[in-house]
Amino acid sequence: MNIGFRAQRRILPFVFLLPALAFFVVFQVYPLLKGFQMSFYHWELLPGRVSQFIGLENYINAFTDPIFLRASKPTLIYALVTVPGQMILAMLAGVLLNALPRGRVIFRVLYYVPVITSWVIVSLLIRYLFQSPEGLINYFLVNVLHVAKNPILWMNKASTAFIPILILGIWKGIGWSMVIYLAALAGVPKELQEAASIDGANSWQNFWRITFPLISPTIVFTLVMLLIGGFNVFISVYLITGGGPMQQTEVMLSYAYHQAFDYLDFGYGAALSYTMGIIIIILSLLQIKLFRKPQEVYA
Amino acid sequence: MKLKGKYFKNIILYLIAIIGAVAMIFPFLWMVSNSFQAHVFVITYPPKLIPDHPSFDNFIRAWTSNNFQLYFLNSSITAIAATFGAVICSAMAAYAFARFEFKGKELIFSIFLLVLMVPDIVTIMPKFLLAKTLGLRNSLWGLILFYIGMNISLNTFLLRGFFESQPKELEEAMVLDGANPFTVFFRLALPLAAPALATVTIFSFLANWDEFIWALTIIDDPLKRTLPIAIYSFQGQHGTEWGLTFAAMIIALIPVVLIFISLQRYFTSGLTTGAFK
Repeated sequence: MNIGFRAQRRILPFVFLLPALAFFVVFQVYPLLKGFQMSFYHWELLPGRVSQFIGLENYINAFTDPIFLRASKPTLIYALVTVPGQMILAMLAGVLLNALPRGRVIFRVLYYVPVITSWVIVSLLIRYLFQSPEGLINYFLVNVLHVAKNPILWMNKASTAFIPILILGIWKGIGWSMVIYLAALAGVPKELQEAASIDGANSWQNFWRITFPLISPTIVFTLVMLLIGGFNVFISVYLITGGGPMQQTEVMLSYAYHQAFDYLDFGYGAALSYTMGIIIIILSLLQIKLFRKPQEVYA
Repeated sequence: MKLKGKYFKNIILYLIAIIGAVAMIFPFLWMVSNSFQAHVFVITYPPKLIPDHPSFDNFIRAWTSNNFQLYFLNSSITAIAATFGAVICSAMAAYAFARFEFKGKELIFSIFLLVLMVPDIVTIMPKFLLAKTLGLRNSLWGLILFYIGMNISLNTFLLRGFFESQPKELEEAMVLDGANPFTVFFRLALPLAAPALATVTIFSFLANWDEFIWALTIIDDPLKRTLPIAIYSFQGQHGTEWGLTFAAMIIALIPVVLIFISLQRYFTSGLTTGAFK
């Protein structure tokens, strides 16, 4: 029995789509919808007990929860410090490498190494370097640079405990933006810059008047991607401070995770996650609007 | 005179580039150096970059202790199976999006993209419950199947762009010669897509090899751990023995570094197709 040609043409695309669609629906779409439902319930984990619909209560609780509100501050600080930090340093590195007559590839590889290293490894590594009192950073600050009299007890105060997290966020991300900027810089026509130089523009003017406007779409692209990544901060906080001291460095997602898996309040944890998720989705939609097609942060 | 100025400028540029490279690499050098220091229970003070008595002791102990080889195997199985599954499924889906017309095509694709934007951790609680219902907790299947789900939308997005950029003529000629669509896909389109497949394979593999949160959430059984979880708990057990932990980290990093160095050009091409499409 042959299926008719038309019918075959209609079914064919779905045969190709089926495997991906099956995984996508079961392991992505379903949890997304289920989590949304959970966020409106007092969710019972034990079998036999009925979860209770409580409407917006979890969300109302979230916005009156002092720790969640406080967690928005480290989250924002993280985004506001690491995003410009990564962009500025990556741009400097990109312009620098672009100006090198040779050896660009080796530097690009070296600058990219932190990007490909897993968050677990670099987080533990940073924690080691910032150990107190006898960590390497303290050694440099006290014995080499003499800027601190005594070793700094990094993890004892929220303000200092967050510093390694911020440094890690910047350091690990520079290579990613830099590679993208390098590709954009390579696309800037040499003739334009040469013409400007002949007209008397110095390299500073050349950068701001010619290069910068031409690569600004790329800059906006990295800005949005890094913001999304910034609000996504979790593993480094979980591994470096564990949210401590006294939950003061807890970010929104680490707090949501602790609510769910330490306190087993899944409904509340889901509401917290979705509050965060909505912010990220708004940013993403903004980015789709700006670029027509969305992207994803690699590594 | 002018030549001399240029020469001087280049020296300054290289100097800055080298300082930057040291800042990016130094923590790793420190890790490597410490991993060659045997039995560091107390951190030596003042710190030394070159160990006095370098030895492979930490590597041998890390490799032979605490089921580490099993964890390496678990990670390999999981990452390879999940990457293979995700790449083949998303290549087929991307081909359908690029080459066929069907109802709801752009709608389905938009949903792929929207879900791609939601961080995986936002849905970790419902995913945990799903894994529990399906009996996938404490099993590598629980990792593999969910990783495929996590990889698919990004891969599909990247590969659709690639397939669309390819000419259709060869495929059409093959159809006229009587080949069925599957032959066309597996014999022609897929081999031609090798560079793009390499890119998504690398990114999926790294993401799967390094994945931490999901594995931490569903794996309690110590025999089912993957390397990121093993390293994390290694650090807990051997709290003061950083040399040992670093040796374990370096072993976990070796495949990543090998892939990165040998397939370097695909990293850049993958990133830039993402950025400029």
